[in-house]
Amino acid sequence: MSKFPAFASLMLGLFMTVHSFALDAPKEFANPEQERLYGQVIRELRCLVCQNQNLADSNADLAQDLRRKSYEMIVSGKGYDEIIHFMVQRYGDFVLYRPRLKPATLILWFAPFAMLVLLVTVVVARTRSQKARHPVPLSHSEKLRVDKLLK
Amino acid sequence: MTRKSIFPFLAFLVVVGFLAVGLQRDPSLVPSPFIGKPAPAFSLPDLLDNSRTVRNGDFRGEVWIFNVWASWCAACRDEHPLFHQLAALNLVPIVGLNYKDKAADARAWLDALGNPYTVVVTDESGDTGVDYGVYGVPETFVVDREGIVRLKHIGPLNAHSMQSEIIPLVKSLLL
Repeated sequence: MSKFPAFASLMLGLFMTVHSFALDAPKEFANPEQERLYGQVIRELRCLVCQNQNLADSNADLAQDLRRKSYEMIVSGKGYDEIIHFMVQRYGDFVLYRPRLKPATLILWFAPFAMLVLLVTVVVARTRSQKARHPVPLSHSEKLRVDKLLK
Repeated sequence: MTRKSIFPFLAFLVVVGFLAVGLQRDPSLVPSPFIGKPAPAFSLPDLLDNSRTVRNGDFRGEVWIFNVWASWCAACRDEHPLFHQLAALNLVPIVGLNYKDKAADARAWLDALGNPYTVVVTDESGDTGVDYGVYGVPETFVVDREGIVRLKHIGPLNAHSMQSEIIPLVKSLLL
């Protein structure tokens, strides 16, 4: 029984970190589409103060302000691209958790695939070269000797 | 060295190369998208005279410094003496942006530490801060005569950054 409060507070703690944005003033949307967009935007934008959290998870003052900004823009009818543009204009590409595809991010996007291709090539080449080394067949006398030893 | 053992060595060199660059960077410094762009517009009340509105356009034709500060910000206290030194040089207007603060606290802070600012504008909501991409108070901007942002310094200035970054840039923009 004494374990229960500890367990409960642990669960509560986990629950609260995931839902810190629930501490904001309740937000009302004109339609479910806006609400879905709001959820998407605050999950994809990084909080600049606590850099490893997105806006949805962060309790920082700035994250609250940026959630409010996102909300205001959505309610006034702005779309996903406009909100992302607004944030990138002010905080740079760093604010995006999903980096955009452009020359500077080509390595970021394609290095994993390039490495996979490289790995597969190396493995295939090595297995082939091993297969290429055909074992020399045993001569008749050698075969007899093998049979004798195995008996 | 045999041919086979050279590949792990080359891979090692590549990793060393990436780490040598990557580990020397400060991940908390986000590259600013403002350099070379027009300073975002603002129209805000004067902290010391609420009836007066100050706009960024008021400084057109002048080089000016924009310093984001708040009374709740400990590092602002550290860099504050440097702004007194800068003000004493009488080079350019120093505009303060009192960010997400209470006007009474801000005034008390200036009374206690002195006011080096040409003018201080209040941004209680933090909206202007967002427009300027502020995320780590204090922040300092240098804006040129055409209203273009030439420098953004995130975090407190120290004697070295003031002497080697801000003042030389301001002087070169004044020429």
